[in-house]
Amino acid sequence: MPKKLYNEPSPLETRILSKRFGLENSESLATYLANDGFKAFRKAREMKPEEIIEEVKTSALRGRGGAGFPTGLKWSFVPRSSPKPKYIVINADESEPGTCKDRLLMEYDPHQMIEGILIAGLAMDAHKGYIYIRGEYRYLIDHMDRALAEAYSQGYLGKNILGTGFDFDLYTHSGAGAYECGEETALLDSLEGKRGVPRMKPPFPAVAGAWASPTLLNNVETFSAIPAIIRDGGAAFAALGTPKNGGTRLLCVSGHVNKPGVYEVPLGYPMMKFINEIAGGIPGGKKLKAVIPGGSSCPILKADECDIPMDYDSLAKIGSMLGSGGMVVMDETTDMVKVALRIMRFYAHESCGWCIPCREGTTWLRKILQRFDDGGGRHDDIGLLGELSKNMLGRTFCALGDAAAMPTISIVEKFAEDFEKRLARDRQMVAV
Amino acid sequence: MAELINLTINGQAIQAEKGALLIEVARQNGIEIPAFCYYPGLTLQAACRMCLVEVEKTPKLQVGCTLPVADGMVVHTESDTVRQSRKGMIEFLLTNHPLDCPVCDKGGECELQDMTFRYGAGESRFTERKQHVDEQQWSPVVFFDAPRCILCYRCVRVCNEGIGVGALGVANRGVVSEIVPNRHDYLECDECGACIDICPVGALTSGSYRYQTRPWEMNHVGTICTHCGDGCRTTLGVRDDKIMRGNNRDSSGINGDFLCVKGRYAFDFVEHPERLQSPMWRNAQGEFEPISWSKAFATIAETFTSVKARGGKFGIIGSNHTTNEENYFLQKFARQGLGTKNIDHHRTGDLGTFFDALSGKNDALATAGDLYAAKAVLVVGADLAQQHPFLSYQARANFRHHNAHIYAVTSGPVREDNQAVASIRVAAGGELGGVESLRDKLKAEGDLVIVFGDAIQGDGVRKLVAFGDSLGIPVKYVCLVDYSNSRGAFDMGLIPRDGGMSVQQMLAAKDLDVLWVVGANPLKNATLGSSNAFVVVQDLFMTETAKHANLVLPAASAYEKNGTVTNVCGEVQKLKQAVKVMGTKTDLEIMGSIAKEMKLNLGIWLPDKVFAEIRKTVHGYDVPLPVVDTGGAAPTMPLNGRVPALPGAIQSAGDTLFTSGSMSRYSKILNAVIESPGGLYGGKGR
Repeated sequence: MPKKLYNEPSPLETRILSKRFGLENSESLATYLANDGFKAFRKAREMKPEEIIEEVKTSALRGRGGAGFPTGLKWSFVPRSSPKPKYIVINADESEPGTCKDRLLMEYDPHQMIEGILIAGLAMDAHKGYIYIRGEYRYLIDHMDRALAEAYSQGYLGKNILGTGFDFDLYTHSGAGAYECGEETALLDSLEGKRGVPRMKPPFPAVAGAWASPTLLNNVETFSAIPAIIRDGGAAFAALGTPKNGGTRLLCVSGHVNKPGVYEVPLGYPMMKFINEIAGGIPGGKKLKAVIPGGSSCPILKADECDIPMDYDSLAKIGSMLGSGGMVVMDETTDMVKVALRIMRFYAHESCGWCIPCREGTTWLRKILQRFDDGGGRHDDIGLLGELSKNMLGRTFCALGDAAAMPTISIVEKFAEDFEKRLARDRQMVAV
Repeated sequence: MAELINLTINGQAIQAEKGALLIEVARQNGIEIPAFCYYPGLTLQAACRMCLVEVEKTPKLQVGCTLPVADGMVVHTESDTVRQSRKGMIEFLLTNHPLDCPVCDKGGECELQDMTFRYGAGESRFTERKQHVDEQQWSPVVFFDAPRCILCYRCVRVCNEGIGVGALGVANRGVVSEIVPNRHDYLECDECGACIDICPVGALTSGSYRYQTRPWEMNHVGTICTHCGDGCRTTLGVRDDKIMRGNNRDSSGINGDFLCVKGRYAFDFVEHPERLQSPMWRNAQGEFEPISWSKAFATIAETFTSVKARGGKFGIIGSNHTTNEENYFLQKFARQGLGTKNIDHHRTGDLGTFFDALSGKNDALATAGDLYAAKAVLVVGADLAQQHPFLSYQARANFRHHNAHIYAVTSGPVREDNQAVASIRVAAGGELGGVESLRDKLKAEGDLVIVFGDAIQGDGVRKLVAFGDSLGIPVKYVCLVDYSNSRGAFDMGLIPRDGGMSVQQMLAAKDLDVLWVVGANPLKNATLGSSNAFVVVQDLFMTETAKHANLVLPAASAYEKNGTVTNVCGEVQKLKQAVKVMGTKTDLEIMGSIAKEMKLNLGIWLPDKVFAEIRKTVHGYDVPLPVVDTGGAAPTMPLNGRVPALPGAIQSAGDTLFTSGSMSRYSKILNAVIESPGGLYGGKGR
């Protein structure tokens, strides 16, 4: 495993989840134990399940997978008293374009996540967990398996963990390359060995998830935040962020910045400060044109919209999302037609095909954008792109259709001049 | 009764059961919410998004097919947003649809056409290249044209849930998602074609019907399938006196959505080139030679009259396939006209002992509907999926919809095992022991239907009924019999009661003077003992028996006549003539003509008149005429016991899903299906 970090940490970060990143053998259980490891689990086993859930609620932790649902609330939905087995499923199908944080959390500090999972197990009375890792992260599956083996060998997993009488088995499960399987119910279908398409909700996974049993499903980063919350108290975690947006989160910044990478900052951190100071600003002194704030599914922001604190509510207020923390920065040279096409190629390729609007809509949009980019654009196309996206928005079976529609709508509305410019260029070429 | 709630749809105040699906509530109140993927009775998909409606106080459009109604809900199904949304969905659907309606089989009866007409846009904004995949043939009867497919998953569900086969699935993702067969490029299944019927578009087409006709060129004749005893309605599409297809898309019969391969495809024996189309007699050289009907009738009448006059011995074998009217007329002919008791048919289940054992019980005969409604179903010694596919479907649907408890006591694996709470394997003959071992479980059921095959006969039937009695719960029974009118043949009296001879006795007798076989093939696996017997055979084909005949008369099949038949559950249904095959006569007309030639007064031989007489004279057949006349199934009352023991053997022919006695041998489709690759029914696969 790489000892070297992918990017230099910034002094401006608040490193809670990533505090062990860069330590010698950071992925080993020994390093983890030497640095506060399993203190939270020892504390949690003295707590009542309700107390654990209450602590998570207090922390104002919100799901780090993208939707930002309050984690404590989600935990409280799982019927602990159900006679069925209860499962913990870890969503490590990190597929949102621009996002690469779960990978680091598993690579550098797998035991932090394992501890978080065990604490959830205590709270849910669950004794089995599945880490669903995206197929493309092949090396990470081996890596996690080694970490699990290490935890088993030292009594941190398996029967009677640390002499507490608590049993917990944790397994890795490989995805097969479908973005859709990051959607929690499609993930469960895939985990059960079926074709990965989303399920009807309700029932929600908390009630009937894996094998129709109560299932807690959270993102890697969400579980990784749990040890700190239990160890230092929910209130301390909450205080790091803004109201209702507790703690820190890992942001993955890519695109036109001098220092792309993954950085941990408190929620509510100013976006422009993050781009200019932590991410090192835009190369060549160019001007900022647009920002995708949290993965390709989020409506794009124009440069003048970016002077905001980065928390779930502030971004929602301006019609976008914090999503999965995959920030893509684009400078003035960026051609938005190409951006829209690149995004739609992804969604058309990844649409699972279950429902009509997403299956047909994404492909149609891709074809229009491809033609437009190839020089065959028509003026009607600009309006059509927006209209078709709106015909998908809110009408698809799962959020994938929305995820494809939202960025397209925002790009067409906010950067219509890029499309007009292309048409003008096409006309010129015909004239020549 | 569930709690009632009040809601408003399009300003109309509606009361509905709490939790009912909005789409159903709307339909029940005359408001259409369009849908492709929603299909009553199958699992919910919410995939086609056509049923999106506006519900006040919810931000997004709601899915009508999965939304349970709640008190105070205010729904708009025709608002501008909803209309615009539907228009958008249709537009999306048509992007990759080939729009080859002018040549598509479904053109004219296509749900996508209808929806586009009603809700779609007049013009398309799609100017890109369409996704195309070549057409595939999956089996002799199933073709798939992927570009036409709208992925509503009805076929996948009906195969998996309805038929219990699961031969279809979905491959790939996104716009190249495709329905695929279970064996990569061919189907290994019942070949029932339910997927074709349920397909809302022309994606799945039928091997025998495709590109043959336009649907509006056909007349549609609802009649009863002539193969097994389940009594499914099949609607025959007829053009120019030719049956083009069979289906049950209007769900009009007791079988609802169901039809098996025989009901859907095996009508083609009707036009087989080997159909007999002229009476024939054996000439001096011992070869068959066509003769006129009048000569045939005169010859038969002369022989019958003289044998009767000298007190000779008649043997009469009736059919499992002919109508109640024909069977009734035949036994009347035998008993009154010829004065013989020697009349029988191929008995495939022990109805005699069964009726006797039920003596004095009311309500002990289960209808096909009871199999769907009972809390528990016990199958004894029968492979329903093979021999009674509709009854199997009913039990399966009961399990899916009502969580009914299914029990199976059989000598081999059966499809019911997949639903059964208990499957017991017994050696053939040990069925009753297996049933006994279920006693405690069955006692705890609310009510029970026991379905039993020919493994249970004689004393076994009495023991089984006694077992049912001892459970202390309401129990109904189905005694399985093989063919479309096996039950009617017994009820009409084609049985050797009062000392008559059985089929086996007739064939063995050395001194038989006349053997008259109407629609049966007793000499298939037997020889005739009497070398001097005058043999008359009425049949569709030159069967093994017909080859022994002195005189062969070409008969009309069930699809070529009117009348009634009684299914395995004792339900009387009407046949309706679909076509006429040149040169043939119905068995009733043949018998009537012989009677006339013999100057016997056996009454008028019109189906309606004979049926009127049956209703008056045959016990249990006083069924309500309006039910039968309107195409319904009227259950007969059980015979009130006192059925004497009968001589002769009772044995099921052991047909499979793809055979049904002599007719199936002349069905090209059935033969093609049997020869097609696939290991599900004993073949080797490929």
